[in-house]
Amino acid sequence: MIHSLFLINNAGDIFLEKHWKSVISRSVCDYFFEAQDKAGEPDNVSPVIRTPHHYLINIYREKIFFVSVIQTEVPPLFVIEFLHRVAEMFQDYFGECSEVAIKDNVVIVYELLEEMLDNGFPLATESNILKELIKPPTILRSMVNTITGSSNVGETLPTGQLSTIPWRRAGVKYTNNEAYFDVVEEIDAILDKSGTTVFAEIQGVIDACVKLSGMPDLTLSFMNPRLLDDVSFHPCVRFKRWESERVLSFIPPDGNFRLMSYHVNAQNLVAIPVYVRQNINFFETGSSGRVDITVGPKQTMGKTVENVIVTIHMPKVVLSANLTATQGTYTYDPVTKILVWDIGKLNQQKLPNLKGSLSLQSGAPKPEENPSLNIDLKIQQLAISGLKVNRLDMYVEKYKPFKGVKYVTKAGKFQVLTVPSHV
Amino acid sequence: MSANSLAYSEQSGAEAAVELGQETTPTSSAGGAAFGLFSTDFKKNEDLKEMLESTKESLKLEAMKRVVGLIARGKNASELFPAVVKNVASKNIELKKLVYVYLVRYAEEQQDLALLSISTFQRALKDPNQLIRASALRVLSSIRVPIIVPIMMLAIKEAATDLSPYVRKTAAHAIQKLYSLDPDQKEHLVEVIEKLLKDKSTLVAGSVVMAFEEVCPERIDLIHKNYRKLCNLLMDVEEWGQVVIINMLTRYARTQFVSPWRQDGVFEENSEKAFYDSDEEKKEGAAQTKPYVMDPDHRLLLRNTKPLLQSRNTAVVMSVAQLYWHLAPKHEVSVVTKSLVRLLRSHREVQYVVLQNIATMSIQRKGMFEPFMKSFYVRSTDATHIKTLKLEILTNLANEANISTILREFQTYVKSQDKAFAAATIQAIGRCATNISEITDACLNGLVLLLSNRDETVVAESVVVIKKLLQTQPSQHSDIIKHMAKLRVPVPMARASILWLIGEYCEHVPRIAPDVLRKMAKTFTSEEDIVKLQTVNLAAKLYLTNSKQTKLLTQYILNLGKYDQNYDIRDRTRFIRQLIVPNEKSGALSKYARRILLAPKPAPVLQSAFKDRDRFQLGTLSHTLNSKATGYLELSDWPDVAPDQSVRNVEVVEAVRINTRSDCYYRRDEDHSEEKRLCSHSYLVFCSRSDEGQKNGRLEKSGSGSGSASASSEESSSAESSSESGSDSDSGTDQKRNTKPKPIKKVRDVIHVVHCFCLSRLFPVQVSSPVFVPVRPHELLHRMTGKGLAAQYHFPRQPCIYGDHMVSVQLTFNNHGDHALEDIHISEKTSTGQSIHCFRPIGESGSAAVLGRTCSKTERFSVSIQPAVGELLLPVTMTEQDFSREQGKLVGMNESSATITMAPETVSSQPVSKKVVSVANVGVVPSGQDNVHRFAAKLVSSGTLVLVCVVQKDSSAQLTVNTERTVVGSMLLRELQTALSSAP
Repeated sequence: MIHSLFLINNAGDIFLEKHWKSVISRSVCDYFFEAQDKAGEPDNVSPVIRTPHHYLINIYREKIFFVSVIQTEVPPLFVIEFLHRVAEMFQDYFGECSEVAIKDNVVIVYELLEEMLDNGFPLATESNILKELIKPPTILRSMVNTITGSSNVGETLPTGQLSTIPWRRAGVKYTNNEAYFDVVEEIDAILDKSGTTVFAEIQGVIDACVKLSGMPDLTLSFMNPRLLDDVSFHPCVRFKRWESERVLSFIPPDGNFRLMSYHVNAQNLVAIPVYVRQNINFFETGSSGRVDITVGPKQTMGKTVENVIVTIHMPKVVLSANLTATQGTYTYDPVTKILVWDIGKLNQQKLPNLKGSLSLQSGAPKPEENPSLNIDLKIQQLAISGLKVNRLDMYVEKYKPFKGVKYVTKAGKFQVLTVPSHV
Repeated sequence: MSANSLAYSEQSGAEAAVELGQETTPTSSAGGAAFGLFSTDFKKNEDLKEMLESTKESLKLEAMKRVVGLIARGKNASELFPAVVKNVASKNIELKKLVYVYLVRYAEEQQDLALLSISTFQRALKDPNQLIRASALRVLSSIRVPIIVPIMMLAIKEAATDLSPYVRKTAAHAIQKLYSLDPDQKEHLVEVIEKLLKDKSTLVAGSVVMAFEEVCPERIDLIHKNYRKLCNLLMDVEEWGQVVIINMLTRYARTQFVSPWRQDGVFEENSEKAFYDSDEEKKEGAAQTKPYVMDPDHRLLLRNTKPLLQSRNTAVVMSVAQLYWHLAPKHEVSVVTKSLVRLLRSHREVQYVVLQNIATMSIQRKGMFEPFMKSFYVRSTDATHIKTLKLEILTNLANEANISTILREFQTYVKSQDKAFAAATIQAIGRCATNISEITDACLNGLVLLLSNRDETVVAESVVVIKKLLQTQPSQHSDIIKHMAKLRVPVPMARASILWLIGEYCEHVPRIAPDVLRKMAKTFTSEEDIVKLQTVNLAAKLYLTNSKQTKLLTQYILNLGKYDQNYDIRDRTRFIRQLIVPNEKSGALSKYARRILLAPKPAPVLQSAFKDRDRFQLGTLSHTLNSKATGYLELSDWPDVAPDQSVRNVEVVEAVRINTRSDCYYRRDEDHSEEKRLCSHSYLVFCSRSDEGQKNGRLEKSGSGSGSASASSEESSSAESSSESGSDSDSGTDQKRNTKPKPIKKVRDVIHVVHCFCLSRLFPVQVSSPVFVPVRPHELLHRMTGKGLAAQYHFPRQPCIYGDHMVSVQLTFNNHGDHALEDIHISEKTSTGQSIHCFRPIGESGSAAVLGRTCSKTERFSVSIQPAVGELLLPVTMTEQDFSREQGKLVGMNESSATITMAPETVSSQPVSKKVVSVANVGVVPSGQDNVHRFAAKLVSSGTLVLVCVVQKDSSAQLTVNTERTVVGSMLLRELQTALSSAP
């Protein structure tokens, strides 16, 4: 299946290569570079590239291209999904998936890749198993290793790989037994200039951090499971119980994991937490434009809207911005043409406003399309869909764990359109 | 690179300071690898070699880490091979692993040296730890050195029968590696695959199906028996295996089941194109009369894959979606929609592939995705290829009801800053306009508005699309043509399109056309080639329709064309001149000039680029590329008539022979000592043939037959859950087959042989094949007590196929009575400390059929099997030295000996070994002395070694038995004593 993997940075350096079958010359990447040139933006590179003898399937993450070489028919998603797992594993091990981190830990990276694939077919992709095989680097461990000359490779062989519950290792022990669940919801929306919702939906995930001893069997139930429309689960969740009783029953992996992700029923009206009044004009003469944006809270269920950030991709002709913000700070990057206004907390009494003028490239025609605004926000203690966890029960184990549920609402792809001013 | 070296020195051990001097020497840049090799890297390798050859573990490890760093960066480190390969047997796990990494990378280049490491792996293959066995097999099979193919083959065969499912999984991976190294091994590998396909472990399933797909995808017959098991295991297989299995089962199902699409008509939503050839449609019409009933196995597959739509793995979701698309009845396919739309929330690359598949699906079935139309709205942050795909899908989804919404959405796209995308949108508008006649006019007007756009590409694209649209209904739109004639578009393609339009429809714009030609004549020389060609065409057409006004202009343009630099234009000019200007040289062709130039042209069909993609299986690489990728396996069309369904019926492997002999296997539990419980009591039940009796017997059969048989054979905990579901389906099929004669399974000799390998791993000695001895049958049931049924058993001395802790027992039944016996089976076991792998009930015991007797009787008899202690052994071979060494370990308590007087005939050596072997299943150890005979064996149940030694002195002999199991030892001694002292 997966024949080789090349990691390439933005500058076009191949800084890591790994082959699971016979060695393929790195010159195969030239086809990739060619496609990259043609695409311009890294995001525009086609994920599947055909070369005379191979197929290159690549992903772009954290400014690194993961380019895998394929020789025969394979479902492309299979490879793409796997490459993302690799990136996530790096993230998990090194705290970040960056070129520096990979280069610093090249031996661990190699050991990981060796365990994750055998002959190009995924072998161990569960974080729990891999962490037993290869210990993640910590400052303490690397110091100890330096002094004692010991290694990162686990002395004991993992048992999880052999059990029916491959995601959990045996013999987990904690002094404080705790289980935390974060219900995180994201609003995807497109609003038009008048504030009418063109499109809105809620996507949510439940991320868990479970540190429980032994082999606990957990059951999580919701007050209003009907809200959930489309769900996908971590393999640990027993699907049959969900089908029949709408409860999540599972033996959790140890540590952090994503228990489920869901989509909220489309029939429910989505509450839009903020409104935006904006006016962006470009003048036909004088090479200038005006900006006037006000953001205010709308349906927030009595909670405060925090971390509000407005991002605008300005047209290419905008040279600079001279604005005043009544709250927060703004920056304009003349190279990327991105205007960012970091507002912070929304205040009901005094609505934040950004006002001022833009200067355009002289002589250039005025942009015909007004930029749209992308909004970022966060509301603590609230799941905007109204989803509520009812209870969490633990079976099998005897001790009493500490349980916690946290709700957060964020903006996903939240866009506000601006109607062209000349119409 | 210097940054790297620093990073290394941070990691490195106490030696960091020593190396620092070297690390800081300026090295070549990271890019100039080739140059670096010969200068500084070479020097570095020298000191690496020293470190590798040092005695300190930490130094070696440090060196290996740096070597792996070199490999990772694609540097050549092959000259270190001899130094590295020495460390292959290191005790340090991390060092060993890094050496493995190195070995796999360079073994191909240094084949001779690589052979040095092979023995290490061969040893590790016999390690008691399953993970070590597995990793040894992994590395051994990854070394691409053709010489070791036989060793690999042997190792794979051995590992395929390993007790640990993890090792068997590794074996499945190794199959593919060996196949790519030496395709000639295919035949043997297929045998191993066949065996592994029967495996009930979820761990193995995915890997072996992968091997199947790679090595022998055409052997679809191997799947039959495993089909139901695979379906039932699917939920518990790891994610990656699920993808592979689902894809394989899709292909399988298309060859085995009839089409479920017959009744619901072909694509009710899309009448313009049927997915299948028209002849099949006709057949469908004929078949309508017979209601379609889905094969239960077909339903099983659909039912068991559906929950996987909820998987977090996008590849799994996609593979289930394609399975439903290719296999499910039309009205069921839409269950996948929601999940596919969910995938659009995932990474950009995932979106790309999923959108492509949705595009193909949406051409045939708009209804599936129409409710989710808004999910395909383009966002300004999307990558260009994502935008184009979404556009494609929106266009496919457009119908009378939603077109106004879609067009409004398109209007915003046209204004996008991404001009390539705006152009694509215009194309899409054109497609909508041709597909939905109601909106053609509205679209045309919209496009005409775009002609005044400032952006060239937008205008050009609009012109091209308008041209195509006008071709469908030119007469009503002369004002648009007029409008376009006035345009001054700088893009050549657009100008050419306008000229072509005017030429084509010059009758609709009789006043403007000559004027356009006049203008073009002025700028002719400075135009692009494509525009020049169209100008010549326009001139010719006008000359034919309106020669009065344009004759001179045409002459002028033809003259310009005659001296053009481009030979295409010169050729065209010459051709046109000959065609339209009659002179004496021009032949008959000029008569037809009008018909040639002004022939009515068919309107172009604007259709989706995804129109023809449905020839590929969805979700495949070939589908994404829209061309056949290497190794793509075609999805066959549904068969007209379903092949035999019974091929999928599964039975527990058994050995029923026609003469109603049956093998019975039992395993001993290790925690009990063998000696006391050597007999097992069983009841044999049979019923006489009669109508009532038959019913009775059948019921008992399905209950105790398959169920108990498979349950007792399982011992690994991981397989337990799967065996449950497996046996469920078994009994299900049993009931279905009630009326059919039972197919008879043959004993597979291959398995027996391979089991020898399997056992050899448990003990560092080779198990040898048993010495042939005449069969000594023991009576189980006398024909008088058995009311006509006689039963005998003997020990065939063959390894058991159910598990290597079991001893096989062969039962022979004979019917001496005058009526047929049916359904003979073991009903209950009162055995203690033993588990019996039951044979399946024997359907009929043939005899002279007595008709008309209606007695229904069920009889049970208590019987017992008493194995001799000598039969609980497996022969092993060892050398004389090994024998003496092992014997030296087993003294004192573990030794029992006796002096016996031998019968005179047994004085010579041959009869002694014959006698010993006939009593006990032992292997002969070659002996240097004539009067000393040595035999070795091990206990089947525990693998404990049993050594027998006979030292002859004239007519008496010293008999010694050494084993840890003292009771076994004394019992064996007693039996040997009687055998040797008695006359033959």
